[in-house]
Amino acid sequence: MQNPVVVESEVSGIQEVTYSYQGRVWRRFWRSPFTIAGIAGLLFLVLLSFVGPLLYRVNPLTPNLLHILQPPNGQFPLGTDGLGRNELARVMVGGQSALIVGFAAALTSMVIGVLYGMVSALAPRWLDTLLMRIVDIILSIPSLFILLFLDAVFQPSVVIMVFILASTAWLGVARLVRGEVLSLKTRTYVEAAEALGASTWRIMIKYLFPNFLGTVLVAATFGIADSILAIATLSFLGLGLPPPTPNWGADLSTAMSYMYQNSWWLIYPPGVCILIAELSINFVGDGLKQAFDTRMGM
Amino acid sequence: MARFIIRRVLEAIPSLLGVSILSFIMLHIVPGNPVRLLLGQHWTPYRAAILTKNLGLNKPLYVQYLVWLWHALHGNFQFSYVYDRPVTGLIMQALPHTLELVAVALMMAHIFAILLGTIQAYYAGSWFDQTVTVIIYFLYSMPQFWIGILLVEFFAITLAWFPSGGITNPANPDPNFWSYVYHLVLPSATLAITTVAGWARYMRSSMVETLVQDYVRTARSKGAGELRVLFVHALRNSVLPLITLFGLSLPTLFGGAVVVEEIFNYPGMGLLYWNAAGDRDFPVLLGIIIFLGVITILGNLIADLLYAVVDPRISYN
Repeated sequence: MQNPVVVESEVSGIQEVTYSYQGRVWRRFWRSPFTIAGIAGLLFLVLLSFVGPLLYRVNPLTPNLLHILQPPNGQFPLGTDGLGRNELARVMVGGQSALIVGFAAALTSMVIGVLYGMVSALAPRWLDTLLMRIVDIILSIPSLFILLFLDAVFQPSVVIMVFILASTAWLGVARLVRGEVLSLKTRTYVEAAEALGASTWRIMIKYLFPNFLGTVLVAATFGIADSILAIATLSFLGLGLPPPTPNWGADLSTAMSYMYQNSWWLIYPPGVCILIAELSINFVGDGLKQAFDTRMGM
Repeated sequence: MARFIIRRVLEAIPSLLGVSILSFIMLHIVPGNPVRLLLGQHWTPYRAAILTKNLGLNKPLYVQYLVWLWHALHGNFQFSYVYDRPVTGLIMQALPHTLELVAVALMMAHIFAILLGTIQAYYAGSWFDQTVTVIIYFLYSMPQFWIGILLVEFFAITLAWFPSGGITNPANPDPNFWSYVYHLVLPSATLAITTVAGWARYMRSSMVETLVQDYVRTARSKGAGELRVLFVHALRNSVLPLITLFGLSLPTLFGGAVVVEEIFNYPGMGLLYWNAAGDRDFPVLLGIIIFLGVITILGNLIADLLYAVVDPRISYN
């Protein structure tokens, strides 16, 4: 991505290093320490949930009735839950579904939202109004209520879960993309392309899409955070993905039922993991936002 | 002003119709036949045929929608599968509790967001400003249900200052007002903390912009005290983003109420909805969705009107 070009200035004879647009974005992205912290946090979670179970070979589902509700100790680094299951192993495996579903749902909602927003912005006025009214109407219903409803209807697997989460997440993206396209399509270069006879598809893909890609990437990043939070909330409420595979939200809900037996160690690990995920993604999102903001540092 | 209100109410009608069509479509994607669910063990082909006809399920879909809409306009949202009671009755029982919760949370969120944002803006760049920014970033990234759990752990279990659930003390047959307030503290605090975390930075940046305006300098040079400058002169102009956020936050707040009511076993709409989702009691689910759609649209209308009250430059004539 980084291809500095050494240019010798004609006037002063001083050599300057310039970068392509992508190169400048790339450099601005890595400039903030928060971005680096965010990437590090995400790496930590990916290693914890995908490499961790390979190294720490303990079955998160095996009950051990001789060791129920053990506080953290040498044998159980994060203690055990009410059935004597190893909390560290559960936190590790629990991250897998959160990360996979979170990324997939954000990606799906981006695809739907980008297409819908572009079509709406380029469609005739009445269709645009209709399409946006539909978005407004769905947005006026609290999304958690729609998610719980769909969850109750479909009793989802991982794949269906992705689509359920995307069913409300695309709305914001569609609005955002429509706004971007509306402002872009009046630009001279788009008009020039139209005058040269470029088809609507070609204009959408070649001229419009690259220009709002930055905005979409930023939205996608925050979308991952929202999806991870949404699936944790659904699981906490007892819906979400079916048991017995552990996940952070459901484990916090179990932790709550043992709180009165003073099992303080159960309420922290899944919560801290969700916090790290949200913080890291928000940091990366803010970093991308700054990197793509062309008004800055040009 | 009256004309504006009438126009906005008329504009809200297509949205409300849209919400009703959406709900009706959702009612029909539900797998399983309501007749079978309603009859349960008493199902026979004969009874099923009669009930199908009585419920109007043998008519074309658009007729079914119109009939359903007609009933809905009369406040009849069918019967709960589980409780065998009208949905409207169930909602009316739960709604006041949720409104109390959301109203108190909104009040706390406004007070804290305004105070924090204003003080941060006044001391912009100081260690106080930076510390608060970091804390708010953390709170903003924390799942709401985890905040609720932590509040229960510290304030209900470890310190035992507040009760961990319910709306009053069940052992007390005649609870007074303060008992209700006492039980409202932790649930509404949970809702308010997340809301403040989302709002304070808007308040801060809006206040920072206001404080460099000419009229603020004029107010100072005329000898107004700092508190008066901040909370009388500057606040009026910088509070506008909060009013927009108030309208936009209503769906999120009601969503939060589901989580909070589940944690604190607080018998509002959220808990009703959550139980109904567990029991797959679809008429209750849809009734609540329509109610919330209406409340959200009304909330946005109120936000628009408040705009004109706070900012005389905006007039709706």
